[in-house]
Amino acid sequence: MTAEVWTVTFRVFRRKGAEAPHYDFFRLEVSPDEYVLDAIERIWAFHDRSLVYRYACHHATCGACGMRVNSVEKLTCITTIRSVARDGGEVTVEPLRNFPVISDLTVDMGDLYRSMEAVHYPAVSPVAAAPLPTIPAKDGISPGGPLREEPDAHRLNDCIECGLCVSACPIATTTAGYLGPAVLAAIQFQGISGKPALAGLADCEDGVWRCHSAYECTAVCPSLVDPGWRIMDLRKQAIGRRFRRLFGRGETA
Amino acid sequence: MSKPHAILIGAGFTGCATAYDLALRGFDVTVLERGDLAAGTSGRTHGLLHSGARYCVTDQESAVECIDESRILARIAAQCIEFNGGLFIALDDSDLAFVDRFVEGAQTCHIPIEQISPRKALEMEPAINPGVLDAYWVPDGTFDPLRLALAFAASAKASGAVFKLYCQVEAMLADGQGNLNGVRYWDRTTGQHHELRGDIVVSATGAWAGELAELAGAHVPVRPTPGVMVAFASRFVERAINRLNKPGDGDIVLPQRRMVVVGTTSFEAEDVDYIPVSEEQVAEMVKRGADLIPALATAPQRGAYMASRPLVGSGTQARSIARTFKCFDHKESDGIDGFVTITGGKATTCRAMAEATADMVCRKLGVSAACQTRERPLRSYREFYRAGEGARA
Repeated sequence: MTAEVWTVTFRVFRRKGAEAPHYDFFRLEVSPDEYVLDAIERIWAFHDRSLVYRYACHHATCGACGMRVNSVEKLTCITTIRSVARDGGEVTVEPLRNFPVISDLTVDMGDLYRSMEAVHYPAVSPVAAAPLPTIPAKDGISPGGPLREEPDAHRLNDCIECGLCVSACPIATTTAGYLGPAVLAAIQFQGISGKPALAGLADCEDGVWRCHSAYECTAVCPSLVDPGWRIMDLRKQAIGRRFRRLFGRGETA
Repeated sequence: MSKPHAILIGAGFTGCATAYDLALRGFDVTVLERGDLAAGTSGRTHGLLHSGARYCVTDQESAVECIDESRILARIAAQCIEFNGGLFIALDDSDLAFVDRFVEGAQTCHIPIEQISPRKALEMEPAINPGVLDAYWVPDGTFDPLRLALAFAASAKASGAVFKLYCQVEAMLADGQGNLNGVRYWDRTTGQHHELRGDIVVSATGAWAGELAELAGAHVPVRPTPGVMVAFASRFVERAINRLNKPGDGDIVLPQRRMVVVGTTSFEAEDVDYIPVSEEQVAEMVKRGADLIPALATAPQRGAYMASRPLVGSGTQARSIARTFKCFDHKESDGIDGFVTITGGKATTCRAMAEATADMVCRKLGVSAACQTRERPLRSYREFYRAGEGARA
């Protein structure tokens, strides 16, 4: 088997301390089926040990390696080079937007983590509370039956706090106080019925009503959370709650 | 007297857990990590919370460590564990011939297992090989690797530990007698170089422990032993599915979020900073994984990656080296005081590794303080990112 080899130039955002940012160029021989993160790791290992970037799991379960690849938010560990480049071409890699840059490709995710904590989004929940879809058939061949839900089974929830949705959101770019798609999706996941604190966070100017339905969050989410749909559903929940309060039925209805 | 200051190198599972343990015992702790949290082997681990059943025949010391520690982690780190159990399934005569030793080994290592009829096993997990001949339930689980490290680190921080990420140790600093009393490091976020002094330097650098020890002129017999893992984009099973036989390649399929992950292989590497993932190994994982879950033969892949185990020892076959951990007091092994290395072990046993390391550090510095990490639940992993200090602090 002869492996396909491409030559790709990586244009990488750099910033150290208070220095002005710039881009460095690294020309690499790659397999198009390698992931963008593999290339970044090789740049660090063989070209420039000062390159700062964040990653951990290499298979889209931790959410650490979110970056902008050709101006689109990606988890670089599951983004093949083939999907973003061509042989002889160039790929631009930049840190996520709407987060402070610590250095080079690493951003400070603290705000997102703290907000997710404030709304008590659980990392693990019963499968029944986070149902799985049936497995889609591929090329007419179904790889398996519908995924079963064990009555007592738990699973790690879909949102991996990668921040791609926050980076892609046009509203988060212009409004610092906006709760943002990940946090609103985390509230919707739990529901606001009987949870006045969550309801208050969601049903306010910087909550669900700030969203302009651009659905960029859903487009970039690597984990099928679908924050855009969840924000719209949360609006319905918020309106329902307002009606119930109007008719004196309070939080429990 | 002021608190003793421990400089910990490495923020993987062991480094974070050791920082937590030492901070609870009253140490000032500074953790230096050249990347981000869990950026070495820890973040890329398979994620299997081992009941120990995998090792109950071939490596009983490790098996006992695993069952004891998995129970403790289930208690203190439930926030990031799917505790759904696992199945060991027998698919051929060789597997069936292993069953008696497996059952006996589990008993010896006090691992609770339960025989399940093939029909029942298929009811529980319809995606497994329908040719299953025998099956056992074991108390396995799946953990989220990054969040387990973050939870230990958040708890360490809550007790005063300081984490300096993207700070690479470049040199060990010694006093006039050749004993370590600090390190020089390079802050990769600013390009600046700094010196840090402490009462003890602890290397928790896993597969890199040999390299770190060399900086001090010491020796650690660690053998970096990478293995490949392949993630698939569907969650075919709710439990860890293990091949009922001696540990081998591609004999575990683990559920994780909406995925399953098959692993792993075992080979040796010299340079662990970059280990390429070979197509042949990925193909082998798909083939072995499909023995356990036939649908994997055609299922879409989600990613393929490599992690390097830090095995301690000098056996000829990596698979036969014990998975237990080892603490090195370099005063005894190399005549260098002020320097301790912890390596080997498994993610499941990281808390015990931390306890043993902290015990050794306390003995060396004449501190009498008991381990307090067995009972209390860890802080929320998100508390690692505390308000007003950025991700570096």
